Amino acid sequence: MSILINKQSRVVTQGITGKTGEFHTKYCVEYAFGKACFVAGVTPGKGGQQVEGIPVYDTVEEAKNTTGANVSVIYVPPRFAAAAIDEAVEAGIEVVICITEGVPVKDMILTRHKMREQHTILVGPNCPGVITPDEIKIGIMPGYIHKKGPVGVISRSGTLTYEVVDQLTQLGLGQSTCIGIGGDPVNGVKHLDVMRMFNEDPETAGVVMVGEIGGTDEEECAAWVKQHMSKPVVGFIAGVTAPPGKRMGHAGAIISGGKGSAAEKIAAMEDAGILVTRNPADIGRLMKDTLR
Amino acid sequence: MKLHEYQGKEILRQYGVATPPGVACFSVEDAVSAAEQLGSGLWVVKAQIHAGGRGKGGGVRLARSLDEVRQHAADILGMTLITHQTGPEGKIVKRLLIEEGADIEREFYVGLVVDRSAQRVVVMASSEGGTEIEEVAAKTPEKIHKALVDPVAGLTPEQAKALAQKIGLPDTVVDRATEFLLGLYQAYWDTDASLAEINPLILTTDNKVLALDAKLNFDDNALFRHPETKELRDLDEEDPNEIEASKYGLSYIALDGNIGCLVNGAGLAMATMDIIKLYGAEPANFLDVGGGATTEQVTEAFVIMLRNPNLKAILVNIFGGIMRCDVIADGLVNAAKEVHLSVPLVVRLEGTNVDRGREIIANSGIEITSATTMADAAEKVVAAAQGQE
Repeated sequence: MSILINKQSRVVTQGITGKTGEFHTKYCVEYAFGKACFVAGVTPGKGGQQVEGIPVYDTVEEAKNTTGANVSVIYVPPRFAAAAIDEAVEAGIEVVICITEGVPVKDMILTRHKMREQHTILVGPNCPGVITPDEIKIGIMPGYIHKKGPVGVISRSGTLTYEVVDQLTQLGLGQSTCIGIGGDPVNGVKHLDVMRMFNEDPETAGVVMVGEIGGTDEEECAAWVKQHMSKPVVGFIAGVTAPPGKRMGHAGAIISGGKGSAAEKIAAMEDAGILVTRNPADIGRLMKDTLR
Repeated sequence: MKLHEYQGKEILRQYGVATPPGVACFSVEDAVSAAEQLGSGLWVVKAQIHAGGRGKGGGVRLARSLDEVRQHAADILGMTLITHQTGPEGKIVKRLLIEEGADIEREFYVGLVVDRSAQRVVVMASSEGGTEIEEVAAKTPEKIHKALVDPVAGLTPEQAKALAQKIGLPDTVVDRATEFLLGLYQAYWDTDASLAEINPLILTTDNKVLALDAKLNFDDNALFRHPETKELRDLDEEDPNEIEASKYGLSYIALDGNIGCLVNGAGLAMATMDIIKLYGAEPANFLDVGGGATTEQVTEAFVIMLRNPNLKAILVNIFGGIMRCDVIADGLVNAAKEVHLSVPLVVRLEGTNVDRGREIIANSGIEITSATTMADAAEKVVAAAQGQE
């Protein structure tokens, strides 16, 4: 088992003919069951072409009807990304993973509003994607650092997630599924949503939760963990040294209006029984000790 | 992106949001003729810098004659204004706003931001104007009233009216305040703003509802569809190093410590700063080199970091995912050779082809300390920096 995606997933890649889409599709197809999983691409006006042996369609609906795709991954440029999400949602895709960075917040507010009555789960935007090791990789993360196993990973960032995964793998701890939820202020699934899924996943024995300054997602997740989580959670919050009012790279990583500091998040997480380390080099070891 | 108060007010007026009449000025002479033109007999001379807290710093002064306007303008233009938001070095004032003075009956607060949990714009209003809203939120949260806005319907007249009533605006001006709030919301939405703050919103003795101050910030990711907003950017108000870094696709923020960090990815960059502190030192900067980390980018990153006179050592922490470590190592070595590094350099590479990458660094002929884990890297760079003191 795993969450969100597995080797049965059938993926349509939106923006497959672009430089980024084509580049990453190659690595995704090469990973584990990728060849069977990546069944379609979409670029308006380029239907009929092929990329990496994958047929390209003009619309998501056509790709879905023809190939049975139930998951979409989006690499289209930021100004078209929200419309690409809308198209996937309207076509009834179950899980949409938006990698694109730099999507305007207003576009995401409107897109999330349209998604209210829909069943589609959105991951991202501005995220590395989702991987279920040894089954399927959807996104831009390096596949080889992952290993199948019992640890679920949730994170708002890209390379910091790789760092954590690498520590786990080096210690012999594999992962059930790793999810980058992205660093934007308005996005799809949050820490809390993913935590719930991991709690219900029989193959996940423990969860690593990596957060960063900005917003109150981690606090909301911690409140839920305190009440409902039946598995151990290890946490780290990046940005203890970040000054207020400065945006630290990610659009959502900013301490503003006295909210979103690392100290507040760490306090809320510790209060919920989450094992928080201040040392980003120590996350893997803490998980290992916890699961022993 | 941020705007000056006078620029924000110009936008707001286009949306029917009332402000005191005012003119932006760049010289003392301009200021005096602007005052003459406004002709009210009471003026406010306001320093235009992007930081808040200008009044307390002496950047906002009342003038009762043209001579006083001249005097205040001369004092403020060119002064180094220090507020709680500028940092100890302050900001040099290069622009002024000359505004007609208003007789204030009461002060209120209105702010618009995105509520991240609700994924909607929230309009916040309070009877406690003119003070720090964070303080109000902490001490008397019941005095802040909120309305979440449906993105399709927009702020409704009912919502706006209810807010105006809740903060205690008298019935006689509620209609006027409703118009004000509707205009303010529309301005925020249409321009892709990320923050709009009117603090204070005032009720005058003759029953006008005016924006006495205006702060507008914008979503950088949406500037492509607002060329008119982009043109208002004042580069004098931004850190020249941050501007230069952004030209190379680097995200750079100066900090107070002495260990420079060059990292790929924002989350890992913050974690690297944090681990430096954990090992007893302070980071000199945040620097996210992005996914590529080309020779050109790394060279530029070194150049910017080396401008910092406090710099004692540099830590490079790159997790090469799909990007190969040997390519990154080549870039690092070339960059280090080009800039003649004057401080110790510790490099931690991880990812694809890491062994080949470490070999390139070891054989580069320049002095680079190689590290394996983040902890190893932090320990080594802190020791190197202390060796420089």
